[in-house]
Amino acid sequence: MSFDAIFAPLSEPMVFGTFIGIVVASLAVVIGLTYFKKWGWLYSEWLTTVDHKRIGVMYIFVAIIMLFRGGVDALLMRAQTAIPENGLLNSAHYNEIFTTHGLLMILFVAMPFVIGLMNVAVPLQIGARDVAFPRLNLLSFWLTVAGAILINVSFIFGGSPNAGWTGYFPLSGPEYNPGVGNNYYAWSIQISGFGTLMTGINFITTIMKMRAPGMTLMKMPMFTWSILITSLIITCAFPVITVTMAMMTLDRQFGTKFFAMSDGGMDMLYANLFWVWGHPEVYIVILPAFGIFSEVIATFSRKNLFGYGSMVAAMVVISTLAFLVWAHHFYTMGHGVLTNGVFSITTMLIAVPTGVKIFNWLLTMRHGKISFTTPMLYALGFIPIFTIGGVTGVMLAMASADYQYHNTLFLVAHFHYVLIPGTVFALFAGYHYWWPLIWGFRLNEKLGKAAFWVMAISFNVAFFPMFILGLDGYARRMYTYSAATGYGPLSMVSFIGALGLAVSFILVAYNIYYSFRYAKREGSDPWDARSLEWCVHTPAPNYNFAVIPTVTRLDEFWFAKKEGRDLQAGKIEDIHMPNNSQSAFWQGIAMTAWGFFFVWAEWIPAAIFLVITLAFMLYRSFQKDDGYHIHVAEIEETERRYDENGGLRGAK
Amino acid sequence: MRKKVLILPIVMAFMALVLSGCEPLMVFDAKGPNARTLSTTILISIATMVIILLAVYIILAVVLVKYRASKLPADYEPPFEEGNRKLEFVWTAIPIVIVAFLSVVTIWSLEKVENPQTEDYANTEPLVIYASSSEWKWHFSYPEQNIETVNYVNIPTDRPIEFRLYSYGMMTSFWVPQLAGQKYAMSDMTTTIHLAADEAGEYFGRNSLFNGPGFEAQQFEVQAMEQAKFDEWTQDVKSTEPELTEQKFNELLNAAHVGRESFSSTHLSFSPAPASHHDMMNAESYNKSKADQTGNGKLNIHRHTDSH
Repeated sequence: MSFDAIFAPLSEPMVFGTFIGIVVASLAVVIGLTYFKKWGWLYSEWLTTVDHKRIGVMYIFVAIIMLFRGGVDALLMRAQTAIPENGLLNSAHYNEIFTTHGLLMILFVAMPFVIGLMNVAVPLQIGARDVAFPRLNLLSFWLTVAGAILINVSFIFGGSPNAGWTGYFPLSGPEYNPGVGNNYYAWSIQISGFGTLMTGINFITTIMKMRAPGMTLMKMPMFTWSILITSLIITCAFPVITVTMAMMTLDRQFGTKFFAMSDGGMDMLYANLFWVWGHPEVYIVILPAFGIFSEVIATFSRKNLFGYGSMVAAMVVISTLAFLVWAHHFYTMGHGVLTNGVFSITTMLIAVPTGVKIFNWLLTMRHGKISFTTPMLYALGFIPIFTIGGVTGVMLAMASADYQYHNTLFLVAHFHYVLIPGTVFALFAGYHYWWPLIWGFRLNEKLGKAAFWVMAISFNVAFFPMFILGLDGYARRMYTYSAATGYGPLSMVSFIGALGLAVSFILVAYNIYYSFRYAKREGSDPWDARSLEWCVHTPAPNYNFAVIPTVTRLDEFWFAKKEGRDLQAGKIEDIHMPNNSQSAFWQGIAMTAWGFFFVWAEWIPAAIFLVITLAFMLYRSFQKDDGYHIHVAEIEETERRYDENGGLRGAK
Repeated sequence: MRKKVLILPIVMAFMALVLSGCEPLMVFDAKGPNARTLSTTILISIATMVIILLAVYIILAVVLVKYRASKLPADYEPPFEEGNRKLEFVWTAIPIVIVAFLSVVTIWSLEKVENPQTEDYANTEPLVIYASSSEWKWHFSYPEQNIETVNYVNIPTDRPIEFRLYSYGMMTSFWVPQLAGQKYAMSDMTTTIHLAADEAGEYFGRNSLFNGPGFEAQQFEVQAMEQAKFDEWTQDVKSTEPELTEQKFNELLNAAHVGRESFSSTHLSFSPAPASHHDMMNAESYNKSKADQTGNGKLNIHRHTDSH
């Protein structure tokens, strides 16, 4: 690896400017931490914590940072295509940007945000004190960060991947992409994928084994149900991408021919394997969204969820169908009528359970008492906008019609209409909704609602024109087009919408600052909610529940409030807690370095860091760490202080 | 306040119509039977989907108007509702019926567009044209006429055309929105797309599958002309254009972009198309096809070329 090759991207002025920006920002953070003597606090309270709530917060922090990076990519793309034959970006640069935009938004925004919210809420919802494997949970987080670091350093050190977020062969193969860009792609997905797979196993175990006494499966809150199913999908789907990325690495770096055009390799195999993971991946980010909306809609309609059983059944059916539809991503590969027909039908069938969910939400609101809080606005915006995404999904599912939509902006509009009102709205709904659990106050409602309205309107302005452009023959991923095509005006409208979306995300970020500064502390349960997570003090103590509640029905907390019962009444005992883990953090760092040197085929340092990684695992295997106990006196003292500060459990 | 979100898509659609100058969108401006089948399929699906959208929007609007907290008495407490078997059955059954209907439409239209006997011209012998892509170009070989063109293709009207697609290198997608949909062109298997043009005219075609820096420029033009004119053109090419030698073909393959070119012979003799899907399923024919192809020109790959 030569220095010329490593720093080649810096010759591009825009990349150089960003690089300087990153250096300055990092310096500011380092100087700030040193000046305020916060390094020790950061290390012991956050970076090495095994507290699921703090790990959740760190996940969400990473997701928001990545949202801004991915958002800048999006703005650049829309700016470049806002007018015909624009010269803002050249084709090579544009290709890198749409590739990293897709990769970042799915794997380093949607995924960590979902996993962050499930970390925050799931243990609390089931009346547990932590996840089943707290230390593994921290390692999962650091592996996600490792993947995020790899994909983000790529544009400075050696060049970003540029073959689309799908990385199809042969375009991403060694013949057409000899640089390191697509090695970063493989290793970034690979290492963060290890983390996600472990999270899946962790949450299946947590939900199956650690529910409060009396909480049978069918008494679980809907969000917990959605996470159980999501975790099952993760555990079934992620091994496929692990193997696929390993094969990609072997092809790219060791001369194998799995996906090559010669010697019996098959490029079509890659597309199949990718989507065998890739389609379930879509449901990994949408099912938790359905769970969040179920909680939010029930809470702010002051009513139980309508058709609980069919909601669960619908998710189970969706998770099964998720694995039976992958070929709809390439109907145009030349399958016969039979294959395309079968995949069309399985794909369209997904609309049935999804429709059941939509109608159940609508009927939850009927006879309810709807209050328009920020989380509820996101849920209400979701229904009409997501339905457009859903019905265009059915249109795309029809294989014959897809011969016209495939690879066009129509498709791009469709999946943004699913992922933004579905996943992104849900993530923001959950983020506003569960915020007080962690911080003890709510985000400012005025700013929150303003951000929602700007987001919902700008979103439609940005993406609706793409349906029309797609039907007018606009192929996706073109870095420019000629004026004669007539795509100019609508592309400009779309760019204006993208600017509006940027404004809304800035409002969301500003609300964090504003609320930390001005919001008043509130007691527990500020939303007058229904499920168990709201019966703890807020901000939730590190042990969550002083006494583990006993559950007799769904929405136990709601009925307990009505009956004036304290769910945490009972005898306080010593609580067993896990110790912080330094090695999970350092193992994450070692694996980042391992991935980085592997990308550059620098085998000696790569081998060293692999050995270090294995050493951490070996050390952990023989480590005797029994955790520690929080004693009764300390718990009683903590609880008393909450009560004095007006943080009465469940009182509102 | 809520209504804003509801009417937004409608306003946008209207705006879009105004902005696009009321010209029909390319996909709906079909000029041949197969594109027309696809356009009909799309319109049927849009009509069906509008019904579903309306149902959801009406229920949402009613619920939001009737059950907002500000409209309800302060002491109103929502009832406990377990669910409703009948209603749940209804909104499971109706979508299943809709899916069944759309499935029939899908299979019906797939059968039509995949049928070698293109609708309306079932009794006419199809004209076979091999369309192959290399980097950001398209090569069109006419085995019957023994001519070859680059980046443009002339076809006779009122006659079914069978395009056999493959690629020298990257996976691409052959797309002519006004005459047919699209199909992938790949290096190790030949795929087929059928189309016919009812009207003479010039139609836009391109590769729609991203394949690197020169992707945007990988377009071609389809000129549909009456059979007599088409014959005249082929005669013209045969008599005036040079032969396509293996060396010349390799030069073409190795160029990133080229303009339009015509030749009085095809590359099929020295660089045949890969196996069809059917042949790929048979080891003997697959191996033979692979062996034939080893003679293919080796590509000089343009990695960091910025197009134009």
